[in-house]
Amino acid sequence: MDTFISLQNVSYTYESEEPSAPAALRNVNLQVRRGEFLAVLGHNGSGKSTLAKLLNAILVPTEGKVIVQWMNTADEEKVYDIRRRVGMVFQNPDNQIVATIVEDDVAFGPENLGLPPEQIRNRVDEALKSVDMYDFRRAEPHKLSGGQKQRVAVAGIIAMRTDCIIFDESTAMIDPKGRREVLQTMRRLNRDMGITIVCITHFMEEAVQADRVVVMDDGAVAAVGTPHEVFADEALLRRTGLELPAAAALAQGIRAAGIPLPFVLTVEECVDALEQAARKAGVV
Amino acid sequence: MAVLEVQGLTHLYGAKTARETAAVQDVDLRIEPGELLGVIGHTGSGKSTLIQHFNALLTPTRGQVLLDGADVNRDKQSRREARFRVGLCFQYPEYQLFEETVYKDISFGPANMQLPKDEIDRRVRTAAAFVGLDESLLEKSPFDLSGGEKRRAAIAGVMAMEPEILVLDEPTAGLDPRGRERILDMILRYRRETGSTVVLVSHSMEDIARVATRALVMNRSRAVMQGTVGEVFARGEELLQMGLDVPASTRIFLELRQRGVPVQTDVYTAAQGVDAFLRLLGKEARA
Amino acid sequence: MIRDITIGQYMPGNSFLHKMDARSKIVLTFAFILAIFFCKNFWSLGLMVLLSAVLVPVSRVPVRSVLRSLRPLIFILLFTAVLNLFYTKSGNVLWSWRFLTLTDKGLYTAVFMAVRILALVAVSTLLTFTTTPTDLTDGIERLLSPLKAVKVPVHSLAMMMTLALRFIPTLIEEIDRIMSAQKARGADLETGGFVRRAKALLPILIPLFVSSFRRAYDLAFAMECRCYRGGEGRTRMRQMRFTVRDGAACGVFALVIAGVAVLNFFFKPLI
Repeated sequence: MDTFISLQNVSYTYESEEPSAPAALRNVNLQVRRGEFLAVLGHNGSGKSTLAKLLNAILVPTEGKVIVQWMNTADEEKVYDIRRRVGMVFQNPDNQIVATIVEDDVAFGPENLGLPPEQIRNRVDEALKSVDMYDFRRAEPHKLSGGQKQRVAVAGIIAMRTDCIIFDESTAMIDPKGRREVLQTMRRLNRDMGITIVCITHFMEEAVQADRVVVMDDGAVAAVGTPHEVFADEALLRRTGLELPAAAALAQGIRAAGIPLPFVLTVEECVDALEQAARKAGVV
Repeated sequence: MAVLEVQGLTHLYGAKTARETAAVQDVDLRIEPGELLGVIGHTGSGKSTLIQHFNALLTPTRGQVLLDGADVNRDKQSRREARFRVGLCFQYPEYQLFEETVYKDISFGPANMQLPKDEIDRRVRTAAAFVGLDESLLEKSPFDLSGGEKRRAAIAGVMAMEPEILVLDEPTAGLDPRGRERILDMILRYRRETGSTVVLVSHSMEDIARVATRALVMNRSRAVMQGTVGEVFARGEELLQMGLDVPASTRIFLELRQRGVPVQTDVYTAAQGVDAFLRLLGKEARA
Repeated sequence: MIRDITIGQYMPGNSFLHKMDARSKIVLTFAFILAIFFCKNFWSLGLMVLLSAVLVPVSRVPVRSVLRSLRPLIFILLFTAVLNLFYTKSGNVLWSWRFLTLTDKGLYTAVFMAVRILALVAVSTLLTFTTTPTDLTDGIERLLSPLKAVKVPVHSLAMMMTLALRFIPTLIEEIDRIMSAQKARGADLETGGFVRRAKALLPILIPLFVSSFRRAYDLAFAMECRCYRGGEGRTRMRQMRFTVRDGAACGVFALVIAGVAVLNFFFKPLI
């Protein structure tokens, strides 16, 4: 897989009245690969949201550089080209919808790109279908649920034909049902349309679904690896204030009591492992 | 006797118009003193509307809310009294902060109760201590606090009214695991030390499983289940059918049962899951 | 409850009026308002009232909804009616008591004004009932676009209007939530004199301002992330087209105007 976004020795300090304000990000080196599903974990204040904002030139590094394909985010002339490739879905579903009707909102991005009307129409319909919101195309956004609003926001990005979508804690403010909907949408876009997904989150269950997980702590990258690698590192989780997904915690408790179990992360894996252990012990 | 009792409560929005919809329908509920009731349900299931009847913010279309046996909607005075006896903390309470200092903001409730100055001072400091806000933060502007601190300051503003029943709507929404832990610990300690009754509305089944003694499930504006947390999660399959979550441990044991592994299914925390599985294998459960 | 207020009250439909171009609807509504002020007597006013009465079934908006939108006007109507009733001193005196005199001319004027306002509001309401807020702002933007030549920021104004319409329901919900939250802390919004009440608004206004600024800030980022750079180089998905329908509507309207002129000419002016 080739690199899509590359962060090279990136540091970022927010402007502040206090001259000694701590850096929000310190010397971060990271590659986002084309077509991957990358989760970024970390507690509040770990720098994960700052990281997200550096990826599409909302922020420009104080030191180091961020390269999207061949474009430096510090190059003001490239900002527009970067943003049509790297879209972003924000945390608060209400604060990113601009129009009073769903389909008009989805059209907003393509309209800004100056596309001809028929082409916008096609893209809008396609985008709404791909997030399963086509039936709501004439609805008023404020009457939708949180999960539906976020899917409209996703459609608005897809309609620009971006290669990569960053979800900046996009599931933090919506209920579990909405969260499932958004997560399913992310996975489908990644799998079926090959869109690169960067998912900033503090829900372990979302990180478990990713190809790779980045753990941020105190403005630096604390670990990068597959979900299995990251969650198997107990010391890392404790140090960075993360918790083990519930299924993994259960399996670990049983393992601690001396029953040999493989390392599991998801509910499905846990059920499989426990079933096998039970059969082996001859209680089934 | 129940400290708060809801009888046949129905609340209609847009009553007598074409858009009339029932937000809450025929709900009966008894809240016993000292218990921690978890309220579960989707957004729009009616749980937020229900709890706003507890302190007479909303008036029932039909039915009654009784505080210590007396109707809270008797008159203006009783409604006002209910505001202070039932402390209601809304979702994302940090968005209601408005005063110049954290101290003044926390004292807004007690001051509205027209308490003497030294009593207000005592309550503000006690509440701030409960939520773990350092004294040095009290003179700061609430808008200069971090996200988690703002949330705790806002909760302290409700605690400072020293209500007999503390109702919290999604107090952990949007927080990271550390912040969630901290709020839940705080609620548990508050209940232990003050003996107050607590109602906790949450989307997180893991949270309810961890702290609640009893649970109420709302679905499509009706109260569909009530009972101990064990009793409610034992009906995990029904919860899943309603599109609600159940704790991961419950889901795992339900699935095992379906695959023919003879496990018990009234499991809702990881610790219980470990015990249940060890018992199945005939091993001593950990103490 | 504050949440029950509806603004930008579009009603989906497929009527003749719904299908008309927003631009022609806006222009014709303004022409209607102008024309109604040129009516000099009950005959020409009656023709305009007849036109608005015909438009209601044409729009297929329930009569009840139109009537409900007129309800908030009662106060203004009564106020102007009372003014007209007693301020008109000419004409035959019908009744008098101390400094109050009621003349037949005053009575006519009061009724005339009330009918005029009702017709005016009814027709503008039909415009908002049959046109989506987006079409409305688009229409205004396009109608005003010649002003760009004299450096009027037409696009920005239209965008501001769109965003205002988009956020009104959100803010109403927010006010509702903040009010409930402060009431739960014992805030008393209903009693006390003016100063006390004004002070009681602070706990609502401050959080509202804080959150509105945050929303504006978030929204600006979100718009930039979707490549928004102002009106330049921007295209629109929805194209506006004048059709036979708009031509027909203009034709009918021209006939009515001609009728008004004739009736004004042939009958005695009232005022």
